[in-house]
Amino acid sequence: MSSNTDFLLALESVGVSFDGFKAVNDLNLYIDYGELRVIIGPNGAGKTTVLDLICGRTRVSEGSIRFKNQEITGCKEQEIVRRGIGRKFQTPTIYEDLTVFENLELSVPRGRNVAGALFWKRTDEIIARVREIAATIYLQEQLDRPADTLSHGQKQWLEIGMLLIQDPELLMLDEPVAGMSVSERTKTADLLKEIIKNRSVIVIEHDMKFVESIAHRVTVLHQGKVLAEGDMQSVQNNPKVKEVYLGH
Amino acid sequence: MDTRRLELIGIAVIAVLILVLLPLVLDIFRLNLVGKYLTYAFVAIGLVLCWGQTGILSLGQGLFFGLGGYCMAAFLKLEASSVANTKIQSTPGIPDFMDWNQLTALPFFWVPFKSLPFALVAVIAVPTLLAFILGAALFKRRVGGVYFAIITQALALVMTILIVGQQGYTGGINGITDLRTLLGWDIRTDSAKYILYFVCCVLLLGTMFMARFVLASKLGRILVATRDKEDRVRFSGYDVANYKIFVFCLASAMAGVGGAMFTLQVGFMSPSFVGIVPSIDMVIFCAVGGRNSIVGAVAGTLLVNWAKTMFSEAFPELWLFAMGGLFIAVVVAFPRGLAGIMTDQIIPRLPTKFPTWKGFGRGQPGAAPAPAE
Repeated sequence: MSSNTDFLLALESVGVSFDGFKAVNDLNLYIDYGELRVIIGPNGAGKTTVLDLICGRTRVSEGSIRFKNQEITGCKEQEIVRRGIGRKFQTPTIYEDLTVFENLELSVPRGRNVAGALFWKRTDEIIARVREIAATIYLQEQLDRPADTLSHGQKQWLEIGMLLIQDPELLMLDEPVAGMSVSERTKTADLLKEIIKNRSVIVIEHDMKFVESIAHRVTVLHQGKVLAEGDMQSVQNNPKVKEVYLGH
Repeated sequence: MDTRRLELIGIAVIAVLILVLLPLVLDIFRLNLVGKYLTYAFVAIGLVLCWGQTGILSLGQGLFFGLGGYCMAAFLKLEASSVANTKIQSTPGIPDFMDWNQLTALPFFWVPFKSLPFALVAVIAVPTLLAFILGAALFKRRVGGVYFAIITQALALVMTILIVGQQGYTGGINGITDLRTLLGWDIRTDSAKYILYFVCCVLLLGTMFMARFVLASKLGRILVATRDKEDRVRFSGYDVANYKIFVFCLASAMAGVGGAMFTLQVGFMSPSFVGIVPSIDMVIFCAVGGRNSIVGAVAGTLLVNWAKTMFSEAFPELWLFAMGGLFIAVVVAFPRGLAGIMTDQIIPRLPTKFPTWKGFGRGQPGAAPAPAE
């Protein structure tokens, strides 16, 4: 075990290999409380893999990941979620056969065992909470619509809402504005600024304009390693970053 | 009209059909056949839960049906094998097939089946326990989809081979036959067949309501969510495997009850109701009725079996082709089965003047209205 950490999330010497290919190699990454961190990097740099490692979808081969100074490597996905880490996937991952309301209701962090789900009561408190979140994600008028009838952007917001209702301390978003129209992008940026207030957020994004508009700190990944880290300005002026990523 | 109410009307139609209409118009021979079909409907309802809603296709439900049936048959057989009834055997007091296979004492696992309460508990507990072990082993390791279907199918086959091979303990290929009485009450008489038919109907309706309760709960929505986006359910903090185990156990318990009612009404249990063919038959019943609809599954079971009986009386050799054709037709032309046809085609075309009458007035079991997905 490595040293104690004051950071919310600390990845130390993390590595993972798939059939000998090192997708992530000796990676160190620290996320502070209340921070909005953007991870950028060329395709295949290991950005999504890093999120997969944090949320337990992929097992680390070496190194340690600590959340609030507790080791989470080896925990199951749902255990990591219950500790306070939420994950949004690259493509909108919502329950298309359920309504918007039901999508959000299922994400309320209560009644998560079989008996709790079987005898679940839709209380006024739950309904109020769902409405509150729906208003945040611009879907208050769509509560009774089946989720598969939403537009692409609305689906992305719905998934963000499903994470918000879990009230995670760390929210991980994988390309939240991919495929969105310009106006949807602006709204999403506003949404992100709104939801970051009480939590830390990790965002993976390609859209540099969008990154500029939201980021506190930027981490550039390249070939499974941190190439550069710092505020937007210093990263953009970093010659190594220009060479592998931004310059093109 | 909202789907929950539609479903309730569907259940009411089924109830009137099986409790009133059919007993009035059918003689006891035919009614007993319907009773036999209804026992498959228990399995079909279980398949709605685990296949239609959750997306877990089990091709081995015959296994659980058979286990329930064998547990019931074991009790009835022991009661029929009293010393007085079996005094011509070299070992009186044990079932005849054991005597034929040179067993001289009752095997230890048969002994508890002398008790009716034990047998009744076993009818549900044995299939549930097996489903639990299977589910825990497979779902916790995230085995699913086609692999799960193949494994369940293989298990159904293994069970058949086991039963046939161990005939001294199980009755072999002939099954457990010559069942006579239940606590002294002769189950072979017409009056007993009537009573057992109605018991079966009541249990079936109870099962339908139980399935409805499960599907209407948040658990039901989690099952649908699991079918759609399993990863997302996991990342909402749910242990997906537990839900799959639960629904698979529930489906298997239902199949077990069906099997026990089969044994009671038909008077025997044999490996031909355990293996691959009956297991797939049951999936077809469910698919024809509509795999997302409780009412549809029961209606589909009744209709396919009724057609099977009619068809095989007329053209015995052609039934399997008809069945195959039916399955292809369902998959290609109406994937949501009769229930889908009802909700998508028929109900929207009914006159809207008397909305509460929609779905009524159609005596055919296949025309029962169906709930939503």
